[in-house]
Amino acid sequence: MACRQFWASRAASYLRLSLFNRTFSSVVKDLKYCDSHEWVKVDGKSATVGITDHAQDHLGDVVYVELPEVGKSVTQGESFGAVESVKATSDINSPVSGKVVEVNEELNSSPGLVNSSPYKDGWIIKVEVSDSGELNNLMDSEQYSKFCEEEDSKH
Amino acid sequence: MAPLMNLVRLRGFPILQQLHLEERMLRTSSANWCIINDGTTSPAIVMGLSGKVAELVEAKSVLRDHIPVIRRFTGGGTVIVDQGTIFVTLICNKDDVSDVQPFPRPIMSWSGQLYGEVFKGLADFHLRENDYVFGDRKFGGNAQSITKHRWVHHTSFLWDYEVKNMSYLKLPTKAPEYRLTRDHTDFVCRMKEYLPRSEFIERTIKAIEAQFSVKSINLESTDIPSSSEFVHTTRLLTEQELLDACTIQT
Repeated sequence: MACRQFWASRAASYLRLSLFNRTFSSVVKDLKYCDSHEWVKVDGKSATVGITDHAQDHLGDVVYVELPEVGKSVTQGESFGAVESVKATSDINSPVSGKVVEVNEELNSSPGLVNSSPYKDGWIIKVEVSDSGELNNLMDSEQYSKFCEEEDSKH
Repeated sequence: MAPLMNLVRLRGFPILQQLHLEERMLRTSSANWCIINDGTTSPAIVMGLSGKVAELVEAKSVLRDHIPVIRRFTGGGTVIVDQGTIFVTLICNKDDVSDVQPFPRPIMSWSGQLYGEVFKGLADFHLRENDYVFGDRKFGGNAQSITKHRWVHHTSFLWDYEVKNMSYLKLPTKAPEYRLTRDHTDFVCRMKEYLPRSEFIERTIKAIEAQFSVKSINLESTDIPSSSEFVHTTRLLTEQELLDACTIQT
């Protein structure tokens, strides 16, 4: 991420372009996103949830992930667990409602997967979705990218 | 118009109860809160959420001397607190501190600027790798918890401390770089060498008043649900957990 920013800023400087404080965080096209920076990949009634590249970048090195119990109910927009980074615990909120059917146990020994592979190996929970209609409340990748840009530009 | 900040001033309030109150304020209230607790009752060890007691605490001594060990709801490291510790907690709606992104580093930076005002002209104050220092000596440790719309930033300030209490803590495996290889007594310093206790508290309130409209509230008048109505993350470790830590350590 730092490398991309370095070359982008060099290019911008050469071309005499203004460089806004852009995140350069990555998004994945077919996922859905919520405004608390979690993503969800839906496959029928099954959903995989994690936090976005924007979130992991802003959180810093994740040293611990508090995972929910399998079988726990989750509700769209509400907290189901937490990550710890830089002396802070930060809530992870569910983009969907349903029941937790699997948690990523790898995160117990390798919490840094959330940073290094937020959309793949750093997935956090899998959910049996109870209301597919709720997906309409979420952003697509373009909307989420714009949302992140707007958030970062305000600060 | 500056957002409202409710100020609750306590003295000698037990740290476990304070942390429980903070959790309830964070999760059930929509107001901004500042808690200042001028010293807690008796020594207690407080670990962060992910703290592993066998790695952080001398379990045998702690059991022998009946020192309570608490796991708190915020992140960060391990401290031993007592009547020489001053606690300052800020619980804020992210929209009331809208120029601060609700992530750990921006919140930490904001707090560093606030306390920069507190110690202006008095001491060589810095925020250094998430600690508050005078020069290169730590006198304040920080931790946070961030929810969707709110966050808490709390600090334990070393007004004074007893050297013998530090012996209950192991040297952490993860230490800030600026610590180098210094042991506790060379790494930390006492705030009392810099300013009177009451002056620190008054200066802190004044710094908060620069950003908020501060209103003093009695603890009894807060409309926060009672302890029995809420499931806290913060908890006291059991004797069995400490015995298990002893087993690992021998």
